[in-house]
Amino acid sequence: MIEAAGLSRVFDQGGGMLGVPRRVVAVDDVSLRLAPGRVLGVVGESGCGKSTLARILLGLLPPTAGSVRIDGRTLAAIDRRERAQLIQPVFQDPMSSLNPRQRIADIVALPLLAQGKACGRERAGRVAEMLERVGLGPDIAARYPGQLSGGQRQRVAIARALAPRPRILICDEPTSALDVSVQAQILNLLAELRAAFGLTIVFISHNLAVVEHIADEVAVMYLGRIVEHGDAEQVFRAPRHPYTRALLASVLTPEPGLGIPDVPLGEGYPDPSQIPPGCRFHPRCPIAIDRCRSEAPARRAVECHLAGEGA
Amino acid sequence: MNAPTTDAALRIADLNIQFGALHVVRGISLTVARGQTHGLVGESGCGKSVSALSVMGLLPRGARRTGGAIAFGGTDLARQSERQMARLRGDRIAMIFQEPMTSLNPAYTIGSQMIEVLRRHRGTGRAEAAEAAAAMLARVGVTAPDLRLGQFPHQLSGGLRQRVMIAMALLCSPELLIADEPTTALDVTVQAQILRLLADLKRDFGLAVLLITHDLGIVARVADHVSVMYAGEIVEQAPVASLFAAPSHPYTRGLLASIPVPGKVRRGGVLGSIPGMVPRIAAGFAGCAFRDRCAHAMPACAADVPVRQAASGHSYRCRLVPGWTQAA
Repeated sequence: MIEAAGLSRVFDQGGGMLGVPRRVVAVDDVSLRLAPGRVLGVVGESGCGKSTLARILLGLLPPTAGSVRIDGRTLAAIDRRERAQLIQPVFQDPMSSLNPRQRIADIVALPLLAQGKACGRERAGRVAEMLERVGLGPDIAARYPGQLSGGQRQRVAIARALAPRPRILICDEPTSALDVSVQAQILNLLAELRAAFGLTIVFISHNLAVVEHIADEVAVMYLGRIVEHGDAEQVFRAPRHPYTRALLASVLTPEPGLGIPDVPLGEGYPDPSQIPPGCRFHPRCPIAIDRCRSEAPARRAVECHLAGEGA
Repeated sequence: MNAPTTDAALRIADLNIQFGALHVVRGISLTVARGQTHGLVGESGCGKSVSALSVMGLLPRGARRTGGAIAFGGTDLARQSERQMARLRGDRIAMIFQEPMTSLNPAYTIGSQMIEVLRRHRGTGRAEAAEAAAAMLARVGVTAPDLRLGQFPHQLSGGLRQRVMIAMALLCSPELLIADEPTTALDVTVQAQILRLLADLKRDFGLAVLLITHDLGIVARVADHVSVMYAGEIVEQAPVASLFAAPSHPYTRGLLASIPVPGKVRRGGVLGSIPGMVPRIAAGFAGCAFRDRCAHAMPACAADVPVRQAASGHSYRCRLVPGWTQAA
């Protein structure tokens, strides 16, 4: 069980030579709880704080406020070695998350080394096993990341993440840099590994169709907050927050004749250094009323004054 | 594989491009009609972008055109000098890219870059050019256009930069717009806005648009005709409705099956995927480039592949005969 309670993260950006210092609230009082074996999809557009949330959940970035707990224990209090056995990341671009000067075998073995447990032979065995698990041949072990295709590199990143046998995987846009046919391979692989290892997965993506496919539940982020959180089936069938609706309407499925959706969001691009008062979505919201401009909606599953009122 | 069109703005015939020993574009032919969008779709490395660059006369170093004709109006672009191409680019033919910063200079204001385009191609005076630039910015939905003219590219959001690039491309009323992944770097809500804009502009200006994309969702919603590229070849070409109603090349079918579609593909079910990887095609390659990944491959696929007609204007390059998808 992974839980986040009241997570916030503020970045203070120096003004530089001419600029004015900015305070960016990337994650704003986010709480969530994910039961073992479940997949949570986190969706939102660039700058919504989803990647910052991923880094906090991984313990790579300390929150400004709030805490992450795994099975009731505070993440910050768990030492690095043990943490590696609990939670592991898979990032978007394996080329930048894999050391280009290391052989694949050494890359996959690294978390095992960090753990300090397995001896040389045991490590080699585990590496071979993990590579096979992710659908890579043994000949890959001696190669370097630059010699592999994008899909193969992402398989290596997954093998590395799974080598210490973690229970939780945090995937940040794991298929966004891949071609669709390769994306399908990686999504199928993740589903297969999830079943085989009973993994709990936080899957962060801007691609709603992908999240709909893989997630049990969905959290929609906007300017640092989760504005709608619910069962995936329900959120996709009957979205309640106007932002979720706009996101869903924007998905271009390969169905000709439907034309291009008219997304009534206006041009007001969200800026996390200037979070609007009241409901943070109100400047782009097509159904905002006066109350939305002054009063922040209650912190609940759907953060909208109008949700549930036929909004 | 070329649908006859009376009002063609661009007609590419048997275009071949080599990159050293690699044969990256192998005899592609396609037509873009006035007021229509032709979607050229395929995965990375299939040759779609280098084909577009070739039309613009902007092939990267090391790549060379080894054959084919590129008819634009009455001229064969393949036979134009660099100087002649430079006159056409940004004037009668314009191109927009995935990343607006590839065509916007970070060191100059939006205004000075747009004014320069008009001065160079049209000899317009500075004040008049500034007026035209502001009008075009307003036309593509940029708010406060006069303010934007004085701003630098980095001061704008990604969606605004994309609009500015589109405005700049349209300044000289081009007949042909080549758009290479114009919305790939944008958020989905902004993508929808930009695609709507391109559709409006196509209609209002009678533009011919060659749209390069990896996204079959965009093609389905935006294009009138589609060419599917694989390993340097067009493997299927059709009017958009026909392609999605009856995809006939195994690669097209594999691509479509690999896309999760909310409400259509069973949640958590196994997505269709294409095994293996795209081959590297050296000069002299023969047969179907997809055969090593194809579930329907037969020995004959190593020899020349016929082009078959699935429907009117709908052709595909495969040994399987029309109607095979029902039998399979």
